[in-house]
Amino acid sequence: MIEKLRAPIAFLFMGLLLLSVGFGQSWSVALGIINLCLISAIMSLGVNIQWGYAGLFNAGIMGFVAIGGVSAVLVSHEPVQEAWSLGGFGLLTSLLVIVSGYILVLLIRKNLSSLLLRRIMITTISLLGLFIVLYFYKPAVSSIESINPAKTGFLGGLGLPIIYSWLVGGIFAGIVAFFIGKITLGLRSDYLAIATLGISEIVIAILKHEDWLSRGVKNVTGLSRPVPYEVDLQQADWFITLVSWINHQKISAILNLTDQQIYINQLIIDSSGLYVKICYALLFTVVLLIILAFSNRALNSPWGRMMRAIRDNEDAASAIGKNIFKQHLQVFIIGSAVVGIAGAMLTTLDGQFTPGSYQPLRFTFIVWIMVIVGGSGNNLGSIFGGFFVWFMWIEAEPLSIFIVHALTGGLDFDNVIRLHLIKSAPHLRLFLMGMILLLTMRFMPQGVIPETIKRT
Amino acid sequence: MEYIDIINAIVLLSNFVLLPAITYGSQLALAALGVTLIYAVLRFSNFAHGDLMSFGTMATILITWWLQSIGITGGILPTALIALPFGILATIILCLFIDRSVYKFYRKQKSVPVVFMIVSVGVMFTLNALVRFIIGPNDRKFFDGEKFIIKAIEFKNLTGLDEGLAIRSTQVITIVVAIVTMVLLFWFLQKSKTGKSMRAFSNNEDLALLSGINPDRVVLYTWIIVGALATIAGVLYGLDKSFKPYTYFSLVLPMFAAAIIGGVGSPIGAIVGGYIIGFSEVMLTYAYKKFLMYILPTNLEPSGLVQFLSTDYKFAISFIILVIVLIIRPTGIFKGKTL
Repeated sequence: MIEKLRAPIAFLFMGLLLLSVGFGQSWSVALGIINLCLISAIMSLGVNIQWGYAGLFNAGIMGFVAIGGVSAVLVSHEPVQEAWSLGGFGLLTSLLVIVSGYILVLLIRKNLSSLLLRRIMITTISLLGLFIVLYFYKPAVSSIESINPAKTGFLGGLGLPIIYSWLVGGIFAGIVAFFIGKITLGLRSDYLAIATLGISEIVIAILKHEDWLSRGVKNVTGLSRPVPYEVDLQQADWFITLVSWINHQKISAILNLTDQQIYINQLIIDSSGLYVKICYALLFTVVLLIILAFSNRALNSPWGRMMRAIRDNEDAASAIGKNIFKQHLQVFIIGSAVVGIAGAMLTTLDGQFTPGSYQPLRFTFIVWIMVIVGGSGNNLGSIFGGFFVWFMWIEAEPLSIFIVHALTGGLDFDNVIRLHLIKSAPHLRLFLMGMILLLTMRFMPQGVIPETIKRT
Repeated sequence: MEYIDIINAIVLLSNFVLLPAITYGSQLALAALGVTLIYAVLRFSNFAHGDLMSFGTMATILITWWLQSIGITGGILPTALIALPFGILATIILCLFIDRSVYKFYRKQKSVPVVFMIVSVGVMFTLNALVRFIIGPNDRKFFDGEKFIIKAIEFKNLTGLDEGLAIRSTQVITIVVAIVTMVLLFWFLQKSKTGKSMRAFSNNEDLALLSGINPDRVVLYTWIIVGALATIAGVLYGLDKSFKPYTYFSLVLPMFAAAIIGGVGSPIGAIVGGYIIGFSEVMLTYAYKKFLMYILPTNLEPSGLVQFLSTDYKFAISFIILVIVLIIRPTGIFKGKTL
């Protein structure tokens, strides 16, 4: 009985936490947290598909988030025509050479039986391809990067609505996951984690330094939005009428007309910010629910049972004819695609793409903590984990400052220790994260909402 | 071509490639030895090792400051060398505390390696926070004493060559301390009774238990050695470059790369792996233009920088090597254990 009540109680608790932020701090802060909670929940759903369903330890989450992020730029940014006309040919040729070289190598591997000949051919093609690519690639890149480097200096994107990038981000992440999976999925547990961690750092290094693609550390700012802008809202008649109608009691309580106008203006500015955040929250919730619906269906389907079988006993699953590598690759691609979607959503919410901000602590290990705290293998659990851990990550800072102030209250105002502690308090959030993970692993290894297996 | 050009070229290469690579390689090798020992005896990949190094360095820095404040310095040598033993002691105590409070539980449960690894991520977070809380997240230099053994300009005057060779004292200290540490470690593992029991335990746990080796003792000694190695590696790195908690955290990947390339669980492999990573990072990002200008005839001088990879990718090199090794030979050069 109590097992069944775990999920509702957990979510009720979470709701109360968020409400308390709304009443205690402000609704704007609460909505800001909720939006990132929703994105975190999608990320942890993606990781749960890999870890919870199939037992794959992917420590390269950061890379897929960044790939989602860069696809938001590639979809929504206006194309830089000049860059395309100058460097487009060179880059497309390089791409063509790489793709055709890859296909050629695949063909050789399939059709040639002599090992020696095969190796010689593949090496020759790779080296030749490398030289051709370098010949076209370098001048193209330098010409693209020299066009108005302060503003563009990259190829730009397609100029489409940014919301398409959520899908595209998923697809890109899936494609990259295919190649990464092909390389790494033969490895087991620890090695897989270390290899994916390394590859995700390589992905970030590429995004940071290939300026023609993503402007690198110069960042891309001012991405378009799928929701209205605050400035437009504040001018719109319908919005002003709506806000006045909702607050008409408070407004009519103010008798002085000038004061009333000032109050209304302030209300409109505040509400426009809230309105934008609510729009985002609704969009994100829709995406989350769609992914949750698919995940739950997948988990309870024959496919999901097969995945669990592979996770729990690879040898047995392999003995009844399941191709472990193929299934692992499949689940790796699907999970990474979900993370990619979340990455694109994150960049959309931020309105900018900053490759320098991708750090493994924030984008890989925190997501891991979400999945483990929530409950590996349980989709609702992952969502709860995403919400709870993100909430703690944000609220840890005010909380630890409060604690430090309370503890050092007896000390002098300019006591050295007190000042040092207050300055260092924000770092306690990492401590809190570590403790949450350690305590969960020790006392609740199944997570808050454990995996439920229906036996028929 | 004159012989003087060849000497110039060699000096140039020693100054910009050989010395930095050996120094960085030694630091990585010591760090990778810790990773590999944990893997060999406790059988998991310790993600917290970078932060353990960071803690040890922090302890050493704090003691260095205290020593400096009461007027004790190392003279021409950095004061940190005097503080090092105390730093090691602090780190060992921390290691033993973590083992008692965290890892022991999972050992008793006979948990799978992945669980240990996840737990080590928790330890990583906690230690990271602890270090940042105590000493702050900023860059710190704690080197004092004589900076150079020989300056580039002195070398030029001394030899009359065009190229200068600057030997920094931290480079020599790193190399000497690393060699002494490695020799001591190998002597311990090969000759002492405890070292032999550690190797036996690593090789075949059941057999070792059967022959009366006390597992708790083996674990205890492993943590003592790991704590010492982590602190030494961290302090040497910090003396040579600087101490920043985030940098130490990111050293985890080059360290893993070194350990895996050599073969996880094999101490000699960790050392070789460390030098391979160190040398590749420096050699692949060095611009060979000047070197080639010395050794090639004038009409063959290169037009570009002759650099294999842009320095932007310096940090990614270890990961690229790691991935290649994992694909081609996951057991590493010295046939460590497969996971």
